[in-house]
Amino acid sequence: MIRFENVTKVYARGARPALDAVDLEVERGEFVFLVGASGSGKSTFLRLVLREERPSAGKVFVAGKDLTTLSSWKVPHLRRQIGAVFQDFRLLPNKTVFENVAFALQVIGKPRHHILTTVPDTLEMVGLAGKEKRRPHELSGGEQQRVAIARAFVNRPSILLADEPTGNLDPTTSLGIMRLLDRINRTGTTVVMATHDDEIVDQMRKRVIELSSGELVRDQSRGVYGSAR
Amino acid sequence: MRLQFILSEIGIGLRRNLSMSISVVLVTFVSLTFVGAAALLQLQINAMKGDWYDKVEVSVFLCPRDSPEPTCAAGEVTEEQKAAIQEALDSPDIDPYVEKIYFESKEEAFAAFEKQFSDQWWAAETTVDDMNTSYRIKLADPEKYQVVADVLTGRQGVEEVQDQRALFDKLFLVLNRATLLSAGLAAVMLLAAVLLITTTIRLSAMSRRRETGIMRLVGASNLFIQLPFMLEGAIAATIGAALAVAGLWVGVKYLVTDWLGASVEWIPYVSTADVWFVTPFLVAIAIGLAAISSVVTLSRYTRV
Repeated sequence: MIRFENVTKVYARGARPALDAVDLEVERGEFVFLVGASGSGKSTFLRLVLREERPSAGKVFVAGKDLTTLSSWKVPHLRRQIGAVFQDFRLLPNKTVFENVAFALQVIGKPRHHILTTVPDTLEMVGLAGKEKRRPHELSGGEQQRVAIARAFVNRPSILLADEPTGNLDPTTSLGIMRLLDRINRTGTTVVMATHDDEIVDQMRKRVIELSSGELVRDQSRGVYGSAR
Repeated sequence: MRLQFILSEIGIGLRRNLSMSISVVLVTFVSLTFVGAAALLQLQINAMKGDWYDKVEVSVFLCPRDSPEPTCAAGEVTEEQKAAIQEALDSPDIDPYVEKIYFESKEEAFAAFEKQFSDQWWAAETTVDDMNTSYRIKLADPEKYQVVADVLTGRQGVEEVQDQRALFDKLFLVLNRATLLSAGLAAVMLLAAVLLITTTIRLSAMSRRRETGIMRLVGASNLFIQLPFMLEGAIAATIGAALAVAGLWVGVKYLVTDWLGASVEWIPYVSTADVWFVTPFLVAIAIGLAAISSVVTLSRYTRV
């Protein structure tokens, strides 16, 4: 689903690479934790998958497409197959929960009847049934992140990227979010989650990819957060 | 869904930057009024040329009694000189350009003079002998004046060859200068309009960064993201153009048709029909302005 071939990303000329010759492959339907200290290259990895950045060297394949040669007008279609959630939720404060999720479908031109059936289904799936008319500021952090996940998942993407989705949440709430991501993963969606949360990683026992200073230092199935010393 | 959504986005954008939207409307209004005024001035010149050049003639004044011109040294024009001039006018060099020749004797000229100026004190001293005998030549093509003038000027017995168009040239010069002034002001205002529209679109794009960011993230196409901003600029500019057309229409109707047309009747004037004629151009300029501004701004602020 995602394949990096010897990918290097250098932001400023002469600076230390944010990613340094990374080779890895994520299969369809996998759940992968991306761990590492701040500045280790996790976000760069996710940005390369979304093609917000292009690699300085090497090749990135996502959903069967070579992103290094993908023309920019095809990028929107690539992104329709990828959902993304972030630590800061990125909701629109002046729209209701329903509108926030519907927005993702409206802007890619989905018909009204499709939106009216899909959005309530998705909101129910993430556990927000009955809160459609609330605005983001009326919700708890965990609920806001559920809205963000609903928005990322409402178009049934084949890949879900999560950049520290539990970074702003307490452990109990985080657990709920993880259950939700796990459920989404069970529908066949590939999930890549960058995180600092060692408890979660240790509990979930999924594949763990560790980056350090842009280098791939560990790739372990059913791994834990701390490297095996 | 799409259309409704885009329209609501435009509405939000225009309302959010209401004062900027109004200033875009006003600047395009003023600039396009100047553009329209310049166009109407040119139409006015064309109307006058079309009307007057049909009527103008080349006047060949023959020597009167005491003319200081060297070609009139022999005194009043003689019959032989007249015959020579007539022959020159009939020669194949000139004949194709001439439509018709009238001969005006000095008696006829005096009669016309008396009719027009008899009540003026300075006309009392004038006698028949002060008048010129003249040929009035109507040219097939008024632009070919020089050909006729070259043949006749300097001939014995010819005091002066005069092109009546020269009388209008001063007026046309004034109108052409006014056109230039108007066009110059229009250029400055158009530049201001482009800059203002650019700034407005930029502000609008900045204030909706969160939305456009999410749009990009979920895979909205570039056109879909940029269209509301483009249309915002285009709508504001088109409203400005509409105001400019309305302003020109009012100006032509009340200033030209009703006021000038009623007080100075012998000039053909531009009409409100001419305003409708320039309307599509003004609207096209307005939309062009908005398009240029959008392309310049959006390529930078809403990139994928």
